[in-house]
Amino acid sequence: MLVSTNWLNDYVTIEDQDLHELAETITRSGIEVDAIIERSHGMNHVVVGEVVECEQHPDADRLNICQVDVGEEELQQIICGAPNVAKGQKVIAALPGAVLPGNFKIKKAKLRGEASHGMICSLQELAVEGKVVPKEYAEGIYVLPEDAKVGDVALDYIGLDDVVYEFDLTPNRSDALSMLGVAYEVGAILNRPVRLPEATYETAEERAADWIDVTVDAKEQNPLYAAKVVRNVKIGPSPMWMQNYLMAAGIRPHNNVVDITNFVLLEYGQPLHAFDYDKLGSKEIVVRLANEGETMVTLDEEERTLTAEDLVITNGKEPVALAGVMGGGNSEVSDETTTVVIEAAYFDPATVRRTSRAIGLRSDSSARFEKGVDPNRVLLAAERAAQLMSLYAEGDVLEGTVLHDELDKTPKQIVVSPDFINARLGMKISLSDMLDILERLQIPTKAESGQLIIEAPTRRQDLKIPEDIVEEIARMYGYDHIPVTLPVTAVTPGKLTPYQAKRRLVRRYLEGAGLYQTITYSLTSEKKSQQFAIEPCQLTKLMMPMSEEHSTLRQSLIPSLLDVATYNVARRTSDIAIYETGSVYLGNEEDGLPAEVERLSGVLTGQWVSNEWQGEKKEVDFFVVKGIIEGLFRTLGLENRVTYEAKVIDQMHPGRTAAIALDGTYVGHVGQIHPTVEKEQDLKETYVFELDLHAILHESTDQEMYVPVSKYPTISRDIALVVDRETTAATLETIIHEAGGRLLRDVRLFDLYEGENVADGQKSLAFSLTYFDPTRTLTDEEVVQAHDRVLQALTERAKATLRA
Amino acid sequence: METKLQALKEEAIAKIKATLDTKELNDIRVKYLGKKGPITDLLKGMGKLPAEERPKMGQLVNVIRQEVTTFLEEKKEELEAKALEERLASETIDVTLPGREVKVGNHHPITRVAEEIEDIFLSMGYEIAEGPEVEKDFYNFEALNLPPDHPARDMQDSFYISEETLLRTHTSPVQARVMEQKKGEPIKIICPGKVYRRDSDDATHSHQFSQIEGLVVGENIRMSDLKGTLDLFAKKMFGADREIRLRPSFFPFTEPSVEMDISCFKCGGDGCNVCKQTGWIEILGGGMVHPNVLEMAGYDSKTMTGFAFGMGQERIAMLRYGIEDIRNFFTNDLRFLSQFNHTEL
Repeated sequence: MLVSTNWLNDYVTIEDQDLHELAETITRSGIEVDAIIERSHGMNHVVVGEVVECEQHPDADRLNICQVDVGEEELQQIICGAPNVAKGQKVIAALPGAVLPGNFKIKKAKLRGEASHGMICSLQELAVEGKVVPKEYAEGIYVLPEDAKVGDVALDYIGLDDVVYEFDLTPNRSDALSMLGVAYEVGAILNRPVRLPEATYETAEERAADWIDVTVDAKEQNPLYAAKVVRNVKIGPSPMWMQNYLMAAGIRPHNNVVDITNFVLLEYGQPLHAFDYDKLGSKEIVVRLANEGETMVTLDEEERTLTAEDLVITNGKEPVALAGVMGGGNSEVSDETTTVVIEAAYFDPATVRRTSRAIGLRSDSSARFEKGVDPNRVLLAAERAAQLMSLYAEGDVLEGTVLHDELDKTPKQIVVSPDFINARLGMKISLSDMLDILERLQIPTKAESGQLIIEAPTRRQDLKIPEDIVEEIARMYGYDHIPVTLPVTAVTPGKLTPYQAKRRLVRRYLEGAGLYQTITYSLTSEKKSQQFAIEPCQLTKLMMPMSEEHSTLRQSLIPSLLDVATYNVARRTSDIAIYETGSVYLGNEEDGLPAEVERLSGVLTGQWVSNEWQGEKKEVDFFVVKGIIEGLFRTLGLENRVTYEAKVIDQMHPGRTAAIALDGTYVGHVGQIHPTVEKEQDLKETYVFELDLHAILHESTDQEMYVPVSKYPTISRDIALVVDRETTAATLETIIHEAGGRLLRDVRLFDLYEGENVADGQKSLAFSLTYFDPTRTLTDEEVVQAHDRVLQALTERAKATLRA
Repeated sequence: METKLQALKEEAIAKIKATLDTKELNDIRVKYLGKKGPITDLLKGMGKLPAEERPKMGQLVNVIRQEVTTFLEEKKEELEAKALEERLASETIDVTLPGREVKVGNHHPITRVAEEIEDIFLSMGYEIAEGPEVEKDFYNFEALNLPPDHPARDMQDSFYISEETLLRTHTSPVQARVMEQKKGEPIKIICPGKVYRRDSDDATHSHQFSQIEGLVVGENIRMSDLKGTLDLFAKKMFGADREIRLRPSFFPFTEPSVEMDISCFKCGGDGCNVCKQTGWIEILGGGMVHPNVLEMAGYDSKTMTGFAFGMGQERIAMLRYGIEDIRNFFTNDLRFLSQFNHTEL
């Protein structure tokens, strides 16, 4: 909402105020002044001039040489390229020394050999937005009224002496969508009276009811419809002051009748519509719901297809307006119009809102109707428009208003006690202060037996419950006066849940291990949504995505992380170690929502160790990543419950991918991405992992108990085995553990060898076995026995031979 | 014999003095003092001496042995010290060469800000509540006093999955869910999480971002409690000399509603580019929980009241670190991420 302070001053005196300070006070009281627009932009040397002579430039077809009287002794020669410049016009002349918006300095100049002492201006050159400039001046200079006085400051004539507040209105304060609403607010803040317009005029003898009938079929959607008839109007420009107010408010002036409806819309917040009576095609107005598929052409020349939920104003046969949203092209007021029907109505907010959304058209009118206009201003607005048409369009307003009125206009009563207000605020505001605030806000209030009995004015649709009064009192009293206290409640332990605490631990562990945390988008393309998923499920797709790229909720974090890797590698950061924790969205649960499960994923590529001056380098490989995961499970106390098994997974390298199981249940995977994916992503050898963090972190671990450090020594024995290449290390370790018995405490692989001295298809693995008894020193015999059992089992179960 | 001994001693000492390394020194020791050395030989030859001379000669041999041994040991120490010195000299490294890098990653700046906020409220006895990102229209809107035709729904155009479900547009539905679960009991929670709005991504808009909200419900919770809580938060988060100011605002789920500004932490309130010359920075919104919201969740709004507040994590991080483009958070350029790598304590 753009609020002209010149205009506002008509209703509440503010001309003595510092407008910047006032804006701050308004903001602090509840309506945010988002910007203060000085329409003058600091311009000077811009005066009213009269074009005394106007001749074509001898050397330029499009230029005119004008002799302009600017109130100085001599005429000034100004070259003007506008097509509409003509002798006798009063124009806006920027003289040498003027600085126009955009730091455009006016200087004496020569144009094709002819001197030019200034510039004749269009409104756009004075920073008036093109969309509000009257159409006839949109392509050229602006022509001032004939009575403009030569030499005067031109800005005053065109309202550029105005300061405009731009309000950022919250949805509840629709009352401030009108100048009068703003006047009430500012009046309350300054404790000054509000001057309401008086809509008095003489009526013609003829009765409006003889010219038009009003029938409302859709009573629920349209409880109030008023029509007034104005005859013998003379279409022409509206007065300058009105045009200036409208332009300041961001509305383009058209003609007196249309401008008056817009003026009243802004003044009262009540949208009006003016029909050309002669184009209506009948003598009746019928308000009804549209027929499904019915079409009409609106003022903006668009054909609209309607549904049975849209409310239309018809002439009894066909729609002439889309109620509350936009008029129809067929009944539009034009230069030929002589009789006008003024429509003032209350349309159901939800209906207007639905129609406005369905056809994607929000107008100044719909914006007000959909928030609910003041029931008590509908008829006032109609009278005001009639008055202005009689004044400025020389119209004869016919006697009476043709009316359908079933609208409840009684103010809502709110009963609230001062104690309630103070208890909610934690304050001690006196009753008299409260009454004073409500009086300033012009909210009728009686104090009776400890209660405030409030009649909420219908212009303030936002006042419904006692809490709304609490807010009115607080905001006018000043939020700065609210004391600072802390809640008096039972003491509660602020503590992370075990899950939340472990999630933080996981992050810290991974970062300590060298990985950077990333956050990527949950929405991805349908194609990527299931790639690398631990368990692909039914997709969760948006009904109306903004792009295919962000259309579907992801089921794995890996594709996004690969894109991050690609992005970074393309920018020459080639060593990547990143992770993300975040939800994936799986299928459809009974409650209609997908299961949201937290995952932990990582992507690593490039060098893992790079100590260049020492000549040490190591590329990321499978075991680097597996080591990170093993460390993670160790940190979580789960390492002995996790197993790894080769697995073929779509998009992953078939020989370098492991499924990870916790207590035998699949909880994720780790491995190299398939070379074809690497190529697609422009990545070198790249390793990824994804873990079901939700499952892993919900796994509880035993409380850690201290075990005394033994004073007895451990005994180590190494064995080097030759086995088939296909035999896994895990298989051998399992056999060793099972056969080693109670005394075998630890098994560690320390060598893996294939090649010379080992037969083709075979490999050699060397393990170090540690034997230990915490209660005594082991004898050699015991160790030899256990070790022999291990060797025997390896020979029998894994066809292992001791390496020579 | 005595003369021989003296000559041997002189000879040994001269050799010891001339020695340059420990091996040679050892050879000298073996040669003169060893079992086959000349002094031992002389001792063996003592049997031939008259009995009365033997003690005197024995004593002399021992003295000479002792003297030579002392010279040997002194020389040994000297040579060892010299050797150590040489070794140390040869082992000297350039300590300004870079160390072996220990790679350390770090939190994403959003997580960093979120954990900091979480920790402040945890210390004040709040718990952290989380909820689904795909949410029912009911929890996202209706339970928060936003019925289907409410004009305030305009403020947040949403990504719908179906007629009934959507990507949550704020973290407030978590509040509605917790209130429903607590069945009238007091509440003290904060709710961090991702939210989604139908915005085109640009420097100041993102279709995905993060919020963190707080909710306190109890008997006789007052607006002054909200102000005090926010004041405490602002001072812990942005510095002890921060001031706050509340401005009236509107949210469908609170009444009265406020927006909170803090005095600019860069200029202290004098006006700078961070606060756009106003001296104040808008940080969060909040208010007293609307009675409709309490009643819908089964609370008696006559006896139980509450306050709620919420802020955007990206906004806080942008202000805090001077980040000008919200897209940085989701692009994850490592040159950006790796900047948040040390403690600010």
